[in-house]
Amino acid sequence: MPYVSHADLGGRNGFGPVVPEPEGAVFHASWEPRVHAITIALGATGSWNLDMTRSARETLPNYLDLTYYEIWLGGLEKLLIQKGLVTLDELIAGCTRYPPAPVVRVLKADQVASVLAKGAPTERAATGPARFRLGQRVRARATPAEHHTRLPAYVRGKTGVIERVLGAHVFADSHAQGLGEDPQWLYTVVFDAPELWGSQAAAGHRVSFDAWQPYLEAA
Amino acid sequence: MSHEHDHHPDHSDLSDIERRVRALETVMTQKGYIDPAALDVLIDTYQTKVGPRNGARVVARAWADPAFRERLLRDATAAIAELGYSGRQGEHMIAVANTPGRHNIVVCTLCSCYPWPVLGLPPVWYKSAPYRSRMVRDPRGVLAEFGVTLPPSTEIRVWDSTAEVRYLVIPERPAGTEDLNEEALAALVTRDSMIGTGLARAVGGT
Repeated sequence: MPYVSHADLGGRNGFGPVVPEPEGAVFHASWEPRVHAITIALGATGSWNLDMTRSARETLPNYLDLTYYEIWLGGLEKLLIQKGLVTLDELIAGCTRYPPAPVVRVLKADQVASVLAKGAPTERAATGPARFRLGQRVRARATPAEHHTRLPAYVRGKTGVIERVLGAHVFADSHAQGLGEDPQWLYTVVFDAPELWGSQAAAGHRVSFDAWQPYLEAA
Repeated sequence: MSHEHDHHPDHSDLSDIERRVRALETVMTQKGYIDPAALDVLIDTYQTKVGPRNGARVVARAWADPAFRERLLRDATAAIAELGYSGRQGEHMIAVANTPGRHNIVVCTLCSCYPWPVLGLPPVWYKSAPYRSRMVRDPRGVLAEFGVTLPPSTEIRVWDSTAEVRYLVIPERPAGTEDLNEEALAALVTRDSMIGTGLARAVGGT
């Protein structure tokens, strides 16, 4: 089955205006903070990684019809079933019917502050020299990936300039597929708007994205 | 969802999504995968402890202390940690400063990447299809929907946070704030000004 992400929205038309909100508004229903908290707590069990979570969410077929925390909930239910931690009939019934699967750890209340403060840094020792240097012109890979990727469609095949070299980081594409961390050099690549959007794009407008080395080729 | 519904064992007063979340939480707890007390701490953390006032203090310090500003622009992760903010979704921070000729805006076109330790959880619009689709293509049009108009000569730089680096915009310090202390300065720093969809408040303004 081809891999389809419904989350790659950069540059697409037809979604209407942005609706700003006051600063205090974060959650809009009492179940939303619970889904957020359950997602973090289950992430701590070590049953999947953040890139697998993003992949589970972006491939929900009705992604664009769902609210944000509905997407989180759907992604979480999908991962739990995929990883054998729960069955669909248990989720429908709302009670356990089978013994639990083993998990690496269970997040306890007194560990929350330290776990959040520590986070999950993704920088790793580089396994080789960086292929690209500051100021070098590079082209983003043109072919779509057949798996989770962080190379947005709107930059594919476009030429930009290496603006920052950010060290070697866990490679999302490999990590999401369960292929290990596979650290790769990460760069900030900046594009002039006309390269992305054509000659009618506004002058003095530039867009950057953060690109792992396998996304790029020398231009 | 509060526990005020516990006296209705059939949960018949709950919406479909509330029932679904309740079922998930119940099964996860029964299986021993989650500690309900940890959920309470997580919910409290992201509702009361982590939010854009953290980032406002970082910006105010940068406005007031040139040496801190320099450290912030050189190694934002370490500089932000000086104020006690670190960790999840802020592991690799970069601060980008607005100047009279240049305005920075942050977006995540692929999902909702956002610097939690300094800004808290993202607002709905930041995660929405309109913002994610249009900000990279038509930043001035989106800014207008926030009531922001920049001079035509201002360069606009949009940062799409596609990897695990998180961006914090340092807005321009408003005029007439020379005599304000850091606390008063922080009150001028809005969430939107640290995303780039707004400017810092003027003194005495809204």
